[in-house]
Amino acid sequence: MSATSARPSHAAQPSGGAFILKKALISALVALVLFSLMIGVRTEAGPQGGLIYWTRFGDLAALVATVFGGSIIVELLRQWWGPIDKDSLVPKPVQSAMSFAGRWLAPALLVFAFLVPVIFYDQRYILDLSILVLTYVMLGWGLNVVVGLAGLLDLGYVAFYAVGAYSYALLATNFGLSFWVCLPLAGILAAFWGVLLGFPVLRLRGDYLAIVTLAFGEIIRLVIINWQSLTGGPNGVSGIPRPTMFGIPLDNSDSGLAARLGIEFSPTHRLVFLFYLILAMALLTNWVTIRLRRLPIGRAWEALREDEVACRALGINTTTTKLTAFATGAMFGGFAGAFFATRQGFISPESFTFQESALVLAIVVLGGMGSQLGVALAALTMIGGFELFRGLDQYRMLVFGIAMVLLMIWRPRGLIGHRAPTVFLERNQAISSDLVKEGHG
Amino acid sequence: MDYFAQQLINGLVLGSIYGLIAIGYTMVYGIVGMINFAHGDIFMIGGFIALISFLVLVSLGLTAIPLILLIVLLVSMAITALYGWTIERIAYRPLRHSFRLAPMLSAIGMSFVLTNFSQVSQGARVKPVPPIITGGYTLHEGSQGFAVQLSNIQIMVVLATIVVLALFTWLVSRTRLGRDMRACEQDQTMAALLGVDVDRTISMTFVIGAALAAVAGMMYLLYYGLVDFFMGFVAGIKAFTAAVLGGIGSLPGAMLGGLAIGLIETFWSAYFSVEYKDVAAFSILIVVLIFMPTGLLGRPEVEKV
Repeated sequence: MSATSARPSHAAQPSGGAFILKKALISALVALVLFSLMIGVRTEAGPQGGLIYWTRFGDLAALVATVFGGSIIVELLRQWWGPIDKDSLVPKPVQSAMSFAGRWLAPALLVFAFLVPVIFYDQRYILDLSILVLTYVMLGWGLNVVVGLAGLLDLGYVAFYAVGAYSYALLATNFGLSFWVCLPLAGILAAFWGVLLGFPVLRLRGDYLAIVTLAFGEIIRLVIINWQSLTGGPNGVSGIPRPTMFGIPLDNSDSGLAARLGIEFSPTHRLVFLFYLILAMALLTNWVTIRLRRLPIGRAWEALREDEVACRALGINTTTTKLTAFATGAMFGGFAGAFFATRQGFISPESFTFQESALVLAIVVLGGMGSQLGVALAALTMIGGFELFRGLDQYRMLVFGIAMVLLMIWRPRGLIGHRAPTVFLERNQAISSDLVKEGHG
Repeated sequence: MDYFAQQLINGLVLGSIYGLIAIGYTMVYGIVGMINFAHGDIFMIGGFIALISFLVLVSLGLTAIPLILLIVLLVSMAITALYGWTIERIAYRPLRHSFRLAPMLSAIGMSFVLTNFSQVSQGARVKPVPPIITGGYTLHEGSQGFAVQLSNIQIMVVLATIVVLALFTWLVSRTRLGRDMRACEQDQTMAALLGVDVDRTISMTFVIGAALAAVAGMMYLLYYGLVDFFMGFVAGIKAFTAAVLGGIGSLPGAMLGGLAIGLIETFWSAYFSVEYKDVAAFSILIVVLIFMPTGLLGRPEVEKV
């Protein structure tokens, strides 16, 4: 432990080959013990029901060697990089270039988003992927209202996504209601559940809130699995109607859009329609959030995030503030859920696991908690990165987990920037971290 | 009545396992103030290591069951403790003074890493083991032919829990390390000024928590006779529920909460429906938190401006 206790913040950092070697050796030794049984021995249920095992010492040796080499490289990189100074000042030209980029990035991205179906019209895969990315952008923006603006840590956001998806699926398959009737209903139902969740958690703070929302998400999922007569249980709901363009179906029938316009039918039409649909819904989320931020309720959310006690002292009704945040976030989750159901045509409880909540939360936090552009970029990075590793199959979640840990260590405040304060000082001043700590709302 | 007594026994055994895991959550929360999301997966790793070491020992020709169990217990505690130490070093220590959400997300990431690591390295299928400890006692023969059973493995789980808890209580209340831990819980800066090595104490907290989780993992393996890579998630949430129920940060509270969750789950399965047992446990968590936001034994949080 003595060798590894060297931290970048220490003034006199030990260096030199012997130190690096010692550290790498200790890392390799730790890795050897950690992986000895988990990697070195592989167990499997044998043909007679008992357990059999075989050894994989080659893999173990390779892994330990990798840790040894990796440790040396990391240590060399760290010394080459120098001590990590978190508050280093960015030079003026770079700063202005970055603010220029920041100003034009959002419009450029928006224009690009509008052009995606035009550019990639023939590439079904890219269209599918961009629809997926936009779904997560919308979910991220929805959760951003709760986590980023109001500072309420919600680990069960997927519950509202599920409520929205099942609302649409069940209303459409049982009563034959159209997508455009169900969409607002799904949003209202999800918002209702948001308020329902909001009530018990009003008095809770920070981490208690996190665990209750997580439990809530699990309750919704378990109810969906077990209420088989309504939801079909683990088999899910299938045959969910596809959306129509305000009543005109997007299929190759005589009354379909292609026939009416007199053009040749192509399944891509529906993809393009879905793309613009989710883009419009995401932009609506964004627009509503931006507008709400300027209203008293939005200001109250941000105040609540910073300091709940001060909020109450100033006469802000924290109850309604929290409930509206939950309801608004949940409503957008419900919209996204309805869209998900109509896009897939089939939903099952498997799509609404805690993993999804964690993914959306990771998007919000990596996006910088409260920055709309950051959330969009984070969604693009995360979902895009996720797709890149699709070939790795079972290693994909492993890579995702490692990436999450590394990103948090590298940029705990998110990939880009941080939330913009409304009032700030001209000069940089050293302020004790105690004074700028987060509120515990 | 007999049925009730039988469920009471089952619930207490399950509750002991939850309690052991819950202590790890509550200790880390008390000192570092973060939810160690990966703790449920550490419990799972503990179960796996117990399984593998058991298999290896048996195939090496050892036959004395008590000796095997002792070695398995020690090996799984030691290796799992090292997992706890490594996770703290890699994923949490760099984020110690970061903002509140950062370590939490890092922990969620770590939980994914551990789950998928064991899936990749040991396969996705459930690993069954034949019953190792068999036999038991019939406590009471009922009139309708229903007998209250107390199996040896149940006795062992409860005994092991009591022994481990006694050791642990002694450690926290009587040793230098325990004093350091309590000092860090109250005020890290002050503790550091008075010569407590805060980093080391936090590391040791993770090590002890992981060792307790390993005991729970081994007990789970012996009691249920199977492990799989996903068992850490649900067990982890329930144990955290137990910790919150008992008042997070309070060690007796964690054990009490664990027993409560175990009993609730068992009785709900016995008298209402098995499918909704988890729903019952989580609902009770929500209900308790509405009326007692600090849990059963938690200290009320003083709001400072």
